[in-house]
Amino acid sequence: MTATRLNTGGRIDRSRRVTFSWDGKTIEGFEGDTLASALMASGQQILGRSFKYHRPRGVMSAGVEESGAIVTLGEGAYLDPNVKATTQEVFSGLSAKGQNAWPNVRCDAGAVLGLFGRFFSAGFYYKTFMGLPPFEWGRGTGIWMQYEKLIRKAAGMGEASRAADPDHYDHSHAYCDVLVVGSGPAGLSAALAAAKKGKDVILIEQDFELGGDYLNQSDPVVELKRATLVDALKAAGVRIMTRTTAFGLYDFGTAGLLERVTDHLSVKPLHQPRQRFWTVRAESTILATGALERLVAFTNNDRPGVMTANAARSYLNRFGVLPGQDIVITTNNDSVYRTAVDLVKAGAKVTVVDLRTELSNTLLNKMSQVGVVVKTGLAPLKALGRKIVSGVQLARPNGTQWIADDVLSCDLLLVSGGWSPVVNLQSHRGSKPIWNAKDACFLPGKCNDNVTMAGSAAGYWQNDDCEASGLAAASLAMGEDVKPPSAVGWERPLKPLYEVRIAGQKTKSFVDPQHDVTASDVRLAHQEGFVSVEHLKRYTTLGMATDQGKMGNIIGLALMADALGKEIPDVGTTRFRPPYTPIAIGALAGRNTGEHFKPLRRTPMHDWNLKHGATMTEAGLWHRPWYFARPGETLNEAYIREATTVRETLGICDVSSLGKIAVQGPDASEFLNRIYTNAFAKLPVGKARYGIMLRDDGMVMDDGTTWRLSENSFLMTTTTTNAGKVMVWLEELLQLRWPELRVHVSSVSDQWGGVSIAGPKARTAIASCLEDAGVIAAENLPFMGVRKTTLKGGIDCLIARISFSGELAYEIYVSADHGEAMMDLLWDAAKPMGGCLYGLEALGTLRIEKGHVTGAELDGRVTIDDAGLGQMASTKKAFIGSALRQRPELTRSDRAQLVGIFPKNRNQTFNGGALLCEKENVKGFGEGWVTAVTHSPALGHWIGLGYVTGGHAAWQNQTLIASDPTRAGEIEVEIVSPHMFDPKGERMHG
Amino acid sequence: MIRIPCPFCGVRDHSEFSYGGDGSVQYPALEASSQDWHDAVFQRDNICGMQTETWQHVNGCRMWLLVERDTMTHEIRSVRPAQTGLTTALEAIK
Repeated sequence: MTATRLNTGGRIDRSRRVTFSWDGKTIEGFEGDTLASALMASGQQILGRSFKYHRPRGVMSAGVEESGAIVTLGEGAYLDPNVKATTQEVFSGLSAKGQNAWPNVRCDAGAVLGLFGRFFSAGFYYKTFMGLPPFEWGRGTGIWMQYEKLIRKAAGMGEASRAADPDHYDHSHAYCDVLVVGSGPAGLSAALAAAKKGKDVILIEQDFELGGDYLNQSDPVVELKRATLVDALKAAGVRIMTRTTAFGLYDFGTAGLLERVTDHLSVKPLHQPRQRFWTVRAESTILATGALERLVAFTNNDRPGVMTANAARSYLNRFGVLPGQDIVITTNNDSVYRTAVDLVKAGAKVTVVDLRTELSNTLLNKMSQVGVVVKTGLAPLKALGRKIVSGVQLARPNGTQWIADDVLSCDLLLVSGGWSPVVNLQSHRGSKPIWNAKDACFLPGKCNDNVTMAGSAAGYWQNDDCEASGLAAASLAMGEDVKPPSAVGWERPLKPLYEVRIAGQKTKSFVDPQHDVTASDVRLAHQEGFVSVEHLKRYTTLGMATDQGKMGNIIGLALMADALGKEIPDVGTTRFRPPYTPIAIGALAGRNTGEHFKPLRRTPMHDWNLKHGATMTEAGLWHRPWYFARPGETLNEAYIREATTVRETLGICDVSSLGKIAVQGPDASEFLNRIYTNAFAKLPVGKARYGIMLRDDGMVMDDGTTWRLSENSFLMTTTTTNAGKVMVWLEELLQLRWPELRVHVSSVSDQWGGVSIAGPKARTAIASCLEDAGVIAAENLPFMGVRKTTLKGGIDCLIARISFSGELAYEIYVSADHGEAMMDLLWDAAKPMGGCLYGLEALGTLRIEKGHVTGAELDGRVTIDDAGLGQMASTKKAFIGSALRQRPELTRSDRAQLVGIFPKNRNQTFNGGALLCEKENVKGFGEGWVTAVTHSPALGHWIGLGYVTGGHAAWQNQTLIASDPTRAGEIEVEIVSPHMFDPKGERMHG
Repeated sequence: MIRIPCPFCGVRDHSEFSYGGDGSVQYPALEASSQDWHDAVFQRDNICGMQTETWQHVNGCRMWLLVERDTMTHEIRSVRPAQTGLTTALEAIK
């Protein structure tokens, strides 16, 4: 292949040179070039190395179906592997290199693998390395696990950067009446027709220029038509998006698009994302996605210098590159003759080898007039040349066999094996394509969605027909009753051709060049019993490379059909799935990365906590204080001090993240009575009650206190993590099951700032903050009492005397705006008394000492009895879950039940998540598990909570093993009551 | 992407909604037997075709809706408020 840049012609801008680097060399191209056309013009022939055999590869096409010129762009963190050189625009400063080769693609040490090619047939690695004798004798995967690493290194595509993606990406949304995909003759006509009828149209094109097949033609009349259409579209207000691929079609007219915003720019504007991921919702969709030309399987059909015939037409007419001087075109259809004429006119010597014998004299005369030699009844058997094509061995059919014929020398071998309409997007919608034997291709089948196919994607092969089908598609999309034009088809019928070979000769003819799947691999798969096309695909990996079989699927199907003795439609086709072309993971993520991955919720006292030395931790979406370290203190030292201070004097803790739901209405108490296991109907005004709610299936859903503020108004609190779930549940019950209840629920979590003040001196501290100190006197605010009152400075608040820590404790809620003022008041009072601020870690210590449960214990698998709270389930009323909690399996006495855990040697610690096992029986799931562990300052050693079969009663005075094989190993523990500190609750009632 | 016409908010992407479950289930009274509850909670049909489902417009009006959806094609035949009184009220406005 000796390509040359022509002095005239093409759509490149010869006045604007661009300089880029290829494998470290500086190369010049022009604006309007693709990387492939610029490299071709500068004489680069080997651009890649193949996946398995490291065979040299050159440019095989001029589009997204490329399987040869696959390269890596960029440097460092910007490394972008597996880019098709045929679609990448060149720009100044572009840096590209070959991949899957060492030291480079022109001279690759890995090519030695090709010599052992016959060993690397389908399934070779699995067959060889799984159960490799004498090590494993047919069983096991140990050897495979080792070899896999080496195999992965030898076989493969480009390497990705291990650094985080430094680019940023955006998500965007759009709506339109008509979405037109593809801007060829059909797409342009369709978009204009729809726009003229007043429709809001979006036209998208994956290329950087509009025109599709118009761009591959040299006729100025065609260019004028194209330019006029584009101008008319712009005038009609059509939204035009170039460099944008429709990678998937989804339900209800939703299309996923990827817009490459800056991939073609030397200087990337800082305000622009690299790529934009669009979700477009369209009333109707027109797919004018074109057709792709196929290769034929013959020996060495992957040599640099072998490419599709239409690609040569594109390089010549669009990029001003004559890709060869001495050209042989092999074909089974009409489409190559226009290419032959163009190539001859540009100065090349051209021979067309047509498999068909019955060509018209008109055509033959026309060809001989322009100087194209035509040979008929022949097909390519073997490409000659060691690294680069130097000729072709032809063959002629003899019955079902082939006989070797002439050898022609050439520096470029063009192949046309027929055309495959791009039905991929419609296939995403579950539409099955239909085999058309006449044109040897799959045409779009019936589609239930409002999707219309047009142009060569629908089997129209001439520009005029494509334009007419585009107009018809626009009418159909607008609901008009039109019949699409009948496809004229090719002037002379195509003669199906998939593979040329002489039986018995061992050769390498590629079906899927990108994954190095050969025709013999397909036959081997059949021999080994793979009859389904889906299995064939997975066993040989045919069509599973980055092009998803755009070049090879049909040939693979044809060979399988031949092996099975069936017709192609009886073998069926695999279903195409999104994306049509690869998309960066970064584009899918958009801006939802790093700290923007999920929303962050802050309590009203967030800044106040930080100002007072809080180290924060994540609790669901919330940031909550974890501990308040004094200078030099570690986490452990801090929380132990905090917990000690709470038990000795008092501590203050931000509890604003608890879920808070206002439950209001005449039937509110009846509602609560149905959802909580314990009685709420008679809860007096000014009282709080701890409640547990179950799911329908009898398992614990959530717990919390609910305060009766007035006859018809309650404030329900939920755990932090379940706040959203409980709200949804209450709405479901009220709207779906009990519409007769006059109750309204609203989430007020963000409206209240809440704080817990716990410890023997809590009452004294709070009293000094209240305008009326008497409110908090024991007789005015008994245990579980709730009062509305006023903090100093006139801040209205709710005070409830409730305790999670087991100490004398209160929760005070104020409107969120007053959260910081409340904290200032309380801290000013508590600090001189020796009080402390405490965080989640100390909160955990205090509740574990008391055996109070949280999300770690209420994990959705436990019943109220398992959690030791069975006495809270009323026997006098029915409630949600009351029926199914009686299921035999849930009432067995040997279920795992909540227990306290001490290490046998009190100096030792153990881990949450450890399994609890019998001493001589450390295996399987054991007898239970550890849910939480802390150092208890009150008891002076490490303690834990967990679940053990049969509970405390079953394991009294026995030693169990807390088994944690990957961390702490085996620790001896004993099982105690979960109420490890102050079991009678005297402190909180004080 | 399924799009659901919410009777209160208009046509919205399904990402604004959360799926509930089988909308044809009649939950028994709280006092009903374990067997009745067992049947309602655990015995569900796996329908291929049109089924009535509950969805909540959780990132919208927060209303629970009864949606008739084809499980094969995602076609949505009808959407109405789950609370029966609201269906009547909406019709009265029309």
